[in-house]
Amino acid sequence: MNFDPASLPSTIDMLHLILAVLAVVFFVLFVTKKSSPQASANEVTPEPTPVAEPTPVAEPKPAPVKETPKPAVLKEATPDAALQLLTLLQQDARFIDFIQEDVSSYSDADIGAAARVVHEGSKKTLTTYFDFAAIRNEEEESRVTLNEGFNASEVRLTGNVVGEAPFTGTLIHKGWKVTNIKLPKLAEGHDTSIVAPAEVEL
Amino acid sequence: MSDTELNSMDENNRSAKYSVGIDLGTTHCVLSYLDLDSAMEDPTAEVEVSVLSIPQLTQPGVIEEKEQLPSFMYMAHESELTDSDIALPWNEKPEDIVGSLARNLGSKTPIRLVSSAKSWLCHGGIDRHADFLPAGSPEEVAKVSPLDATFEYLDHLASAWDNKYPDYPLTEQEVTITIPASFDPAARELTAEAAGFVGFENLTLLEEPQAAVYNWLHACGDEWRNQVNVGDIILVVDIGGGTTDLSLVAVTEDEGNLTLNRVAVGDHILLGGDNMDLALAYRVKAKLAQEGKELQTWQIQAITQACRDAKEQLLLDNDITEVPIVVPSRGSKLFGNTLRTELTRDEVKEALVEGFFPEVAINDHPRAARRGALTQKGLPYAQDPAVTRHLAEFLSKQADAASDLINPTSEDNENTSNEAMFSDPLAGGFGDTASDSFIKPTAILLNGGVLKAPALSDRVLSIINQWLTEAGAEEARLLEESDLDLAVANGASYYGFVKQGQGVRIRGGLANAYYVGIESAMPAIPGMEPPLEALCIAPFGMEEGTETAPTSAEFGLIVGEPVHFRFFGSNTRRHDESGVQLEHWADDELEELPELQATLPAEGRRAGEVVPVRLSAKVTEVGTLKLEAIAVDNADNNNTDENGEPERWQIELDVRD
Repeated sequence: MNFDPASLPSTIDMLHLILAVLAVVFFVLFVTKKSSPQASANEVTPEPTPVAEPTPVAEPKPAPVKETPKPAVLKEATPDAALQLLTLLQQDARFIDFIQEDVSSYSDADIGAAARVVHEGSKKTLTTYFDFAAIRNEEEESRVTLNEGFNASEVRLTGNVVGEAPFTGTLIHKGWKVTNIKLPKLAEGHDTSIVAPAEVEL
Repeated sequence: MSDTELNSMDENNRSAKYSVGIDLGTTHCVLSYLDLDSAMEDPTAEVEVSVLSIPQLTQPGVIEEKEQLPSFMYMAHESELTDSDIALPWNEKPEDIVGSLARNLGSKTPIRLVSSAKSWLCHGGIDRHADFLPAGSPEEVAKVSPLDATFEYLDHLASAWDNKYPDYPLTEQEVTITIPASFDPAARELTAEAAGFVGFENLTLLEEPQAAVYNWLHACGDEWRNQVNVGDIILVVDIGGGTTDLSLVAVTEDEGNLTLNRVAVGDHILLGGDNMDLALAYRVKAKLAQEGKELQTWQIQAITQACRDAKEQLLLDNDITEVPIVVPSRGSKLFGNTLRTELTRDEVKEALVEGFFPEVAINDHPRAARRGALTQKGLPYAQDPAVTRHLAEFLSKQADAASDLINPTSEDNENTSNEAMFSDPLAGGFGDTASDSFIKPTAILLNGGVLKAPALSDRVLSIINQWLTEAGAEEARLLEESDLDLAVANGASYYGFVKQGQGVRIRGGLANAYYVGIESAMPAIPGMEPPLEALCIAPFGMEEGTETAPTSAEFGLIVGEPVHFRFFGSNTRRHDESGVQLEHWADDELEELPELQATLPAEGRRAGEVVPVRLSAKVTEVGTLKLEAIAVDNADNNNTDENGEPERWQIELDVRD
């Protein structure tokens, strides 16, 4: 196929001009339709488009149609991980021994001595296998402001919950988040339900 | 030219992608590595060193990754564990248990725990190839040799590495294993032998204090040239879990470039952090005994562990005056039977700072002489726990260590003082003026977990500075070392990079001169041993890859029978050339090492025939000493091989009885 640049028209005729304008118009239509199916307020050109007339804020539909709720898929926590953590806490902190005992008959001094074992050991376990970070870095009891779009699972609103974001309130608890878990791996066939084997000294 | 050709050319220069440093510690092993390929691409950029997380069993059936692999091995009873309890990511049915699980199981069943294999490796009084560990356990417990245990630790590291980098097997990498500077030739050879079983192709042994210096160099980058000057003497004090290792590095100039020279190493001192934890535990035990509480063995072990944690808090710069020590009962009843006491800051200070680092004068040396290497069955732990006395002895003994390099004129003084010593054999040990002189370090590099405690590192520094001030010298400055637990491994992997011709290399060579004993020919006198002469076969500072000419002295080897030589080392006699025969030496100049043995195969000879040989020494590229007996070329016998070269026989450094 030959292409001769000299054969290009030096002037544009009306038909081509109309074609070009139509192409541009359809392109704009295509783009706006794609980017704003729910009339998001950003950069929608004020041009009235024949495609979709966005209904004004008539959202609250009083339609009493009873929808059957879709059952949520719940994930089941694997018992292995929980048992593994119990094992670790028992190993280093004697956690199960501590909780299983009846404290009522012992003096505070006895309980205190045992509590040290549990505290030191638990701390060692937690710092070894988990990295913790505070969710909010502000001082507790100080005023904080939550902007729109804050993560509701990270920050829980309580008390006089009314109005719109941004919310301003008092930080009661700074929250904890596990940023890294390094739990030991288990051998295939390892029985995690034995959180502390019986010990027999020969 | 095809791609494969290009690759193979590259491999000819250096087949290893990684430089790997292995700190083979008494209580822990650490593996550190750096990527040589990317480091060599841009040698000016900062080289990144990483520490391998080593998967290991921590409890039966439980695998964790840790930066340290405890150097323990557990000889399990057959009904103790199931196969799945000890499965590893790379081996379903391992035969041996090493690492955290071995240590944990061994804390309750010590008769099956192999520990301190490294210290046994340097114990000349025993056959180190013999299976006798765990020491002193019942006969039915399976035994291994210190060599086997060392192999197992290295093998575990190699498997862990190969599991992570299957394309780059550890045996093909540039591997540097660290050893105490005070390791004798036999212990070095044994370490290399254990590594040989793993199959390392490019192996080098590096002294731990040198590795600490390399780590410091790596951390400083080019900045190190501003931190030290020509004439500086750097004292490296490395106190690990089991041993205290001392070295001196002199800074000199060569064609305008700063050069580092390792000029002296200390004696093998079995004294470290473990001794300190035990000292605290026995203190707590005594305190409880006063309250009428008798402790059982397991409780003492638990107290030792608790003291280790308490010590770390109390030696920090803080306001804590006491830390409770609590030992819970072993049964499920936690209350009532729990033993409680506390460890105070004063107690820790008294037991550790004053007990192990007392303020002593420079001429106050360790009290009990180390026992002869051939007399004991247990490990030869240091008799005097005072690290500072060992330090004082080292600095005094090495008074002239750097004089050749830094102040050559003082050589004459040394000779005269030596002569003075010979003329009056009683002069030593009476606090004469000579013992007050010592080498004056200008900079100090601290290493090892023990010196992480500010109270202890401050004390070491202040005592050395006190000695220096009293002697009218300037105070030494502290070179900042990072992460004392990992420094040795990191320094070792950096050394693999330095070996490629990058950065500054520490000159070292042999830190001892070696001698064989010869009975001098003189009429026997009843009640007196024939006087012994020492023939130097390997001079001080002999470098890797060099060999000495055969000695002129001849020895007779009896065919088919092992012949023993007495063997000596000296870390102070720097000027004895190979072949020099000493008739006199000061008592502490030569230290007797385990004897050597040579056995001539009987093939082609009459049993009982005596073959004259000469001795020659060689320092291998790996860093071990090889001694050879070379047949004297006599026309009338056939002591030559097919090529007409004189026959050579290896002399065993580690005698197997």
